[in-house]
Amino acid sequence: MRINVKIKRFDPEADRRPYWAEYPLDVRPTDRVLDVLNQIKWEVDGSLSYRRSCAHGICGSDAMLINGVNRLACKLLVRDLGEIIAIEPIRGLTVLKDLIVDMEPFFDAYKAVLPYFVNDEPDPPRERLQSPEDREIFDDTTKCILCAACTTSCPVFWTNERYLGPAAIVNAHRFIFDSRDQGTEARMQVLNQANGLWRCRTAYNCTEACPRDIPVTRAIEEVKRELLWRRA
Amino acid sequence: MARAHKYDVIVVGAGGAGMMAARYAAQNPGVSVAVISKLYPTRSHTGAAQGGVGAALGNVSEDHPEWHAFDTIKGGDYLTDQDVAEVFAHEVIEAVYELEHMGLPFSRTPEGRIAQRKFGGHTREFGKSAVERACYAADRTGHMILQTLYQQSIKDNVIFFNEFHVLDVILEDGVARGVIAYELATGELHTFHAKATIIATGGNGRMFKVTSNAHALTGDLMSILWRRGIPMEDPEFYQFHPTGLYKIGVLLTEGARGEGGILRNADGERFMERYAPTIKDLAPRDMVSRAMYLEIREGRGVGPDKDYILLDLTHIDAAIIEERLPDITEFARIYLGVDPIHEPVPVQATAHYAMGGVPTTIDTNVITDGKDTIVPGLYAAGEVACVSLHGANRLGTNSLGDLIVFGRRAGVEAAKYAASNDYGQLPAAEQDRAREELERIRAASGKERASHVRKHLQDTMMDNASVFRTSETLSSQIEILREIQERFLEVSVEDTGSQFNTELMEAVELGYLIDNAVQLVHAAHHRRESRGAHSREDYKERDDEAWLHHTLIYQDGNGVRLDTKPVTLGKYEPKPRVY
Repeated sequence: MRINVKIKRFDPEADRRPYWAEYPLDVRPTDRVLDVLNQIKWEVDGSLSYRRSCAHGICGSDAMLINGVNRLACKLLVRDLGEIIAIEPIRGLTVLKDLIVDMEPFFDAYKAVLPYFVNDEPDPPRERLQSPEDREIFDDTTKCILCAACTTSCPVFWTNERYLGPAAIVNAHRFIFDSRDQGTEARMQVLNQANGLWRCRTAYNCTEACPRDIPVTRAIEEVKRELLWRRA
Repeated sequence: MARAHKYDVIVVGAGGAGMMAARYAAQNPGVSVAVISKLYPTRSHTGAAQGGVGAALGNVSEDHPEWHAFDTIKGGDYLTDQDVAEVFAHEVIEAVYELEHMGLPFSRTPEGRIAQRKFGGHTREFGKSAVERACYAADRTGHMILQTLYQQSIKDNVIFFNEFHVLDVILEDGVARGVIAYELATGELHTFHAKATIIATGGNGRMFKVTSNAHALTGDLMSILWRRGIPMEDPEFYQFHPTGLYKIGVLLTEGARGEGGILRNADGERFMERYAPTIKDLAPRDMVSRAMYLEIREGRGVGPDKDYILLDLTHIDAAIIEERLPDITEFARIYLGVDPIHEPVPVQATAHYAMGGVPTTIDTNVITDGKDTIVPGLYAAGEVACVSLHGANRLGTNSLGDLIVFGRRAGVEAAKYAASNDYGQLPAAEQDRAREELERIRAASGKERASHVRKHLQDTMMDNASVFRTSETLSSQIEILREIQERFLEVSVEDTGSQFNTELMEAVELGYLIDNAVQLVHAAHHRRESRGAHSREDYKERDDEAWLHHTLIYQDGNGVRLDTKPVTLGKYEPKPRVY
């Protein structure tokens, strides 16, 4: 099928500001948007720059704003988009080149919530026990691939880049609700700060943006409730 | 950023093996460690592994490391080094518990223990029937391993250099002295001076047209070390996973068959009953992929072109599919529009895993010949390495086990070496080799696009050097590779910028990929027998008299030189491999 692809491009070594470039292309309806980008890079303009690796939605490299919605380019097919496809970099992070943004602030926010398992008791000789029910409570938030689709769809993050953002809170949730973990007190202190959890205005953009179907807003609400209970 | 760095231990690659190595190296006070990766760590391909990590925990039914070692050796068609398999089967148990202690969220049994399921080639009592050995977290076990190791690396303040492409390994007087890396964000070259260098950069599946491998898997270090005179071991043994999504190759875990999934041909027949009467669909991957190829060749393939097979899960309880195989269910829905709960999924064999690689000792020291002569200061672990755990065919789940067991050994050994050795002298103009290669491509004025040459490479490798091979297809591929090498010299790039020049890096990676293909095809042409994943239609039998040894292949001028390395045998005499 014939499509028209518009890409917001920016080369820091040549352009003063981003501009839209158009690429009319023949593609198959079952092509991924990533295949479309590859087709442009490999056949039309080798300088088009974007991140990609696994190409099936597991590595989290290729989150972009596609027809106005944050999506992974490798997890979205042309047939689900129609004949005009507009692709921009995800919002709220500095654009470095074309669709590549500076991910460092995103990872800094992630690292701030102590996103790792804490248990200072001596390790048992075998595994720590955990019931399937206890394991299920935090199952959704273990799925995060740190693609930043949620955080960069959040209107609060757009206006306040120091807000931790949904991805960081999701990763705090993953440990707070793990029955084996003991790091919650320290984590709650980070989340309770001015640019922490309470900045969330429950816009639900994050939930809609998540390519892993994590109910992000619900997870954030669960963390808010947990924080309140612990203070009560 | 400074462009000269000095660390006691440098780890190249931030997947499972690399991060495990970094963790263990950093546990030694006074040993400085940094990890260099061409991706952000959480983008590494360990995260795509699905089904599980095999360890004889015995949580679901009786199991023993001896059974696991035997299965690994038999699965490897007796090319596995048996001392390695024994050590592995014991250490992987401890390593899985350690991952759990790091917080890895395994699925659980009703008793709260790590859940385990059946997987191809894993059996009880030396082949009697399938055993639940794969410790899993739904069908995203690799994701959980990668995330857990990255999380712990944050806790441990590990230093990462992300989006740095290693372009050269400094070898001076036969000793490793560090690496040269290209910073993607700036286009600058950096020198990393090290006492010990650990290579953990994964595989090279992108040399084939249909592959489960990420775009990043271009065999960079297998080529870089080869150009530096290090041989590759057993590159002819390349695994095709039976169940890739039709045409796009995305992996559908063997765990789907572990949970009861069945492969069917166009007649609806469960054809694996004919090929492996005892364990059927759970036969090792090389056997299942060959059976699928034969079914298709004999006209029993499915679809208008009769070129695929069906993976049937429709008889399995929908709740079990959603709970234990959620990701692959989603892949089938998104990419093929097929819901595995209601209809069978079109699959074909997909290029998946290199059993061969950089030869190492059991302690992960890189070696340069068949007599275990080590390169001081150089270590390798994971898919890039050939310790030879997997022999001629890797069993499902043993790749994740390999990462954690040998990644850990690499970290321990490298730190030990670094603690007892001083920094060697760097050679003069140490960046020259890397810079010359970049400048050559940047200045090239030929008319070839890297993407066109790469596509030709991938198409022809799939046709001539994949599941079945003959002297004819391999000789013809050797010729094609000569042409491809010439075309590569005509590759030029449009992007002459210095920031995020991904086009330049794709061209450099193509050069690596071509070397990997040369290694594979020459070794495959040379080995005139069929063993494990190497299946020669002109030499159909395994020939232990002539070929029970590892291949070593060296770069030699414009050609190659072949040598051998003995297989370490042990308790288990090579026997015909039936399941």
